[in-house]
Amino acid sequence: MYDFAYQKPASVADAVKLLATGPEAKVIAGGQTFIPVLKQRLNKPSSVVDLAGLGLSGISVSGNTLTIGAMTTHATVARSAEVKKAIPGLAMLASWIGDNQVRHRGTIGGSLANNDPSACYPAAVLALGAVVKTNKRAIKADDFFQGMFTTALEPDEIITAVEFPLPVEKSAYEKFRQPASRYAMVGVFVAKGPAGVRVAVTGAGQNGVFRVPEMEAALAKSWSADAIAGVKVSPEGLNSDIHGSAAYRAHLITVMARRAVAAAG
Amino acid sequence: MPFEGIGASVKRREDGRFLAGRGRYVDDMNRPGQVYAYIRRSDRPHARIKHIDIAAAAAAPGVIAVYTGADMAADGIGGLPCGWQIHNKDGSPMAEPLHPVLAIGKVRHVGDPIAVVIAETKTQAKDAAELLVIDLEDLPGLADIRAATAAGAPLVHDDVPGNVCYDWHIGDKDAVDAAFARAKHVVKLDLVNNRLIPNAMEPRAALGECDVAGHYTLSTTSQNPHVIRLLMGAFVLHIPEHKLRVIAPDVGGGFGSKIYHYAEEAIVTWAAGKLRRPVKWTAERSESFMSDAHGRDHVSHAEMAVDESGHFLALRVSTLANMGAYLSTFAPSVPTYLYATLLAGVYKTPAIYAEVKAIFTNTVPVDAYRGAGRPEAAFLLERLVDAVAHDTGIDRVALRRANFIPADAYPYQTPVALQYDSGNHEMTLAEALKAADYAGFPARRAEAARRGKLRGIGISTYLEACGIAPSQVAGALGARAGLYEVANIRVHPTGSVTVFTGAHSHGQGHETTMAQLVADQLGVPLDQVDVVHGDTGEIPFGMGTYGSRSLAVGGSAMVKAMDKIIAKGKRIAAHLMEAAVEDIEFKDGAFRVTGTDKAKALAEISLAAYVPHNYPIEELEPGLEETAFYDPKNFTYPGGCHVCEVEIDPETGVTKVVNFVAVDDVGRVINPMIVEGQVQGGVAQGIGQALLEGAAYDANGQLLSGSFMDYTMPRADNLPNITVGTEITLCTHNPLGSKGCGEVGAIGSPPAVINAVVDALKEYGVRHLDMPATAEKIWSIIQANRPKMAAE
Repeated sequence: MYDFAYQKPASVADAVKLLATGPEAKVIAGGQTFIPVLKQRLNKPSSVVDLAGLGLSGISVSGNTLTIGAMTTHATVARSAEVKKAIPGLAMLASWIGDNQVRHRGTIGGSLANNDPSACYPAAVLALGAVVKTNKRAIKADDFFQGMFTTALEPDEIITAVEFPLPVEKSAYEKFRQPASRYAMVGVFVAKGPAGVRVAVTGAGQNGVFRVPEMEAALAKSWSADAIAGVKVSPEGLNSDIHGSAAYRAHLITVMARRAVAAAG
Repeated sequence: MPFEGIGASVKRREDGRFLAGRGRYVDDMNRPGQVYAYIRRSDRPHARIKHIDIAAAAAAPGVIAVYTGADMAADGIGGLPCGWQIHNKDGSPMAEPLHPVLAIGKVRHVGDPIAVVIAETKTQAKDAAELLVIDLEDLPGLADIRAATAAGAPLVHDDVPGNVCYDWHIGDKDAVDAAFARAKHVVKLDLVNNRLIPNAMEPRAALGECDVAGHYTLSTTSQNPHVIRLLMGAFVLHIPEHKLRVIAPDVGGGFGSKIYHYAEEAIVTWAAGKLRRPVKWTAERSESFMSDAHGRDHVSHAEMAVDESGHFLALRVSTLANMGAYLSTFAPSVPTYLYATLLAGVYKTPAIYAEVKAIFTNTVPVDAYRGAGRPEAAFLLERLVDAVAHDTGIDRVALRRANFIPADAYPYQTPVALQYDSGNHEMTLAEALKAADYAGFPARRAEAARRGKLRGIGISTYLEACGIAPSQVAGALGARAGLYEVANIRVHPTGSVTVFTGAHSHGQGHETTMAQLVADQLGVPLDQVDVVHGDTGEIPFGMGTYGSRSLAVGGSAMVKAMDKIIAKGKRIAAHLMEAAVEDIEFKDGAFRVTGTDKAKALAEISLAAYVPHNYPIEELEPGLEETAFYDPKNFTYPGGCHVCEVEIDPETGVTKVVNFVAVDDVGRVINPMIVEGQVQGGVAQGIGQALLEGAAYDANGQLLSGSFMDYTMPRADNLPNITVGTEITLCTHNPLGSKGCGEVGAIGSPPAVINAVVDALKEYGVRHLDMPATAEKIWSIIQANRPKMAAE
């Protein structure tokens, strides 16, 4: 990697100030995407601002909200009794991200801010109608994801927490893994909760996570795997690469969605 | 004391240091004054080098030198040598275009080295390499062998017409044509053997040094340091052997990819001489993908002539083999003498004719990779046999049995040059079918169908050849090196033993197996024997480790050296015990006078040899150390039967290997645990090739699978429990009876897996599919054939 200045502020306000020092200042959360990018010299930041000292980690349930701090690791979410009870599908999703090492370093805030089109968390956040809290504002999931590696975040904006509305009646995630990287080639999160019935797909779309309205309508009428078995997703706008054509991904969306619905019970 | 001799599953003594992170690899070595090399490589498949401007890089902080191909040429350095010469059908030699150490004139594959930057730190070298201004003019590139042979295809080497390296053949074409003319059935099959990227755990590395007296040392990740010394010293850098020491310390896996002499070894050694500072290079993982020799990459057409009762009459094979952009060290031998000579397999097919065209493309050079030619032969033959069963309706097990070379037909001369010494294919087949509960498969298939899964079972009855030999024959076939092995056995004064072997261990556990062999034969405790390997400064000579040769050839050399030790010991013992030499026998570590209770332990003899106060000094030299060069009389022929059972999820196309049985005949086994480990690892690689792995290039030669994000290595959850059994016949021509076990797993397994996948898909009209049988490929087949099934 190239040389850069490393900074570890103790408050969100200080972190924001440091980010304003230059256009090439970058945030590091868990670093599970960013560090490999640095090692391959694909990014040349002037400084790296580490969010590990901001106290943004933790999980709590208050009233009808499950709040997960931005710096909470996937491993913490996966084993959290609160998450397992309130939204079992979310704990399941977190337990399948990367490998054990990645799960102990990678964070929910980092994953969302990066918005890798193959990342798992965007599917859960969109399907559950979560709210992304930043140092400036609260952003609805529907507004947050704006395409591949693109979000509503402004350059000096830092995710502080993610709020999931409760109660969630049904939730499950099914992932078809890209065989080499094990990222989601097709990941489908299905949910029934305060945001309604939602089906969100990651990995497949050229523009990142998206919803499948035909499946949502069918599941709203009847929550069963059979209800969506006949829903065909168009390959239009889906990724195609050496691991799978758009048509294959389109097919897998229906298969994974059905299996997720079955798993959600 | 537990039994630790031949046949004992002694735990690997080298694992302590490996597991504790105390292995000593090339990159662990650091020398005072050491500098770092970074190699700027081509990111284009094919381009003309118009100009290289090194000024900015040379002026960058910490930079000591920047060299290009022109600098090496100015020092009289030509190209990297090829160690095997094939002749064309017409008797002319193969095309052998220049393989420059650093590119000259053109770059020919992604990863081709263009320039080296040497700096005080690795980061400085890498930073400066970005400042090199390299003006390239893109040329049309080629990755696919068929495209490279098309009329008007661009030329990888301007001096190699049609991109053809050689057009070679073997066998009796007329006899084959005649047999086809009278055949009842002719079964045809087109196959691709997918290109693989080796991915040893330890990336390649090299550290060059040169002292004030002009003595060079190269520490390198090699499977055969003496071969590197010979090739690099004599043919590239012109350093005589006595001034060049090559060390291959702990090496983390090779699978063939660390046999060859690579550009980086020559670069760091040459640069160390020019700069008089140690120069180190360590590959980054992405460099491994684009610079380690790849494996396989064949396109073949095969035809079997079969009579009315299912007997094979003749086999006809035509293969295109991808050489990549240049000839790697042993590349020409792989699709010829390691492939076409194995096309008889375990069958008594009386006539075989094979023609092989080796083709240059704009891809990473291809060379031997675990199995080297034999996996390609086994895959072709075992797929073709299943296709014969499919087309004729004969049961695939019965078909194999009807065509097996019977156990009593050994030694057996094949129609493609080799003479097999021993084997019993019925025995390994029967044992494997039993272990796999082949008879119970229909019930398991029905049970899987009830769960909506497609279950299939596949078998392969394969044979391979290890320990290429003898040297004279290999030479006649084009080898430019000998293929013997060397052992030096030093019995110390107090009776402990150091074994110096020319074989090299890079994961195989030689330090344990070879110590067991020597301890057993000399009758000394295992902890009294150490094995030294991987250093031309310590070991007399050696050809290294590949082709499963270390025990069959290297171990046999040890037996020969021990024979000399024992013969000398008998003479010393006869003197000490005042008996005739003919009356001395050596057993259980002691020299005894036959028929008496008089005996001398080996340690007493060795002490007498080194402290010769009472010693037959007029007849014998002091000391107890012997060297043997062992040149085998023939290849060895391991073989066996692999049975694979798979379950396919028809909704996703995902194949799960649910059971795998390998019953192999590897000859005499020294350490069953290590043999099992070798087979398990080989099977893992074979399942990887069959279902997951495949180097992907675009049509132009851009590498698409250049990292673990896109190249699918098998992982633990891709693999079943693998049941390993051994049923042996002894090799008849080496003193150990051992055949070799390093590659059987990777050779026997791919056809077993694909035969199982094809079996699972038989209701969809599938007769063959190429590797890797990825989920999408299988899903597409199911989709395409669904309407047909529905219509039926």
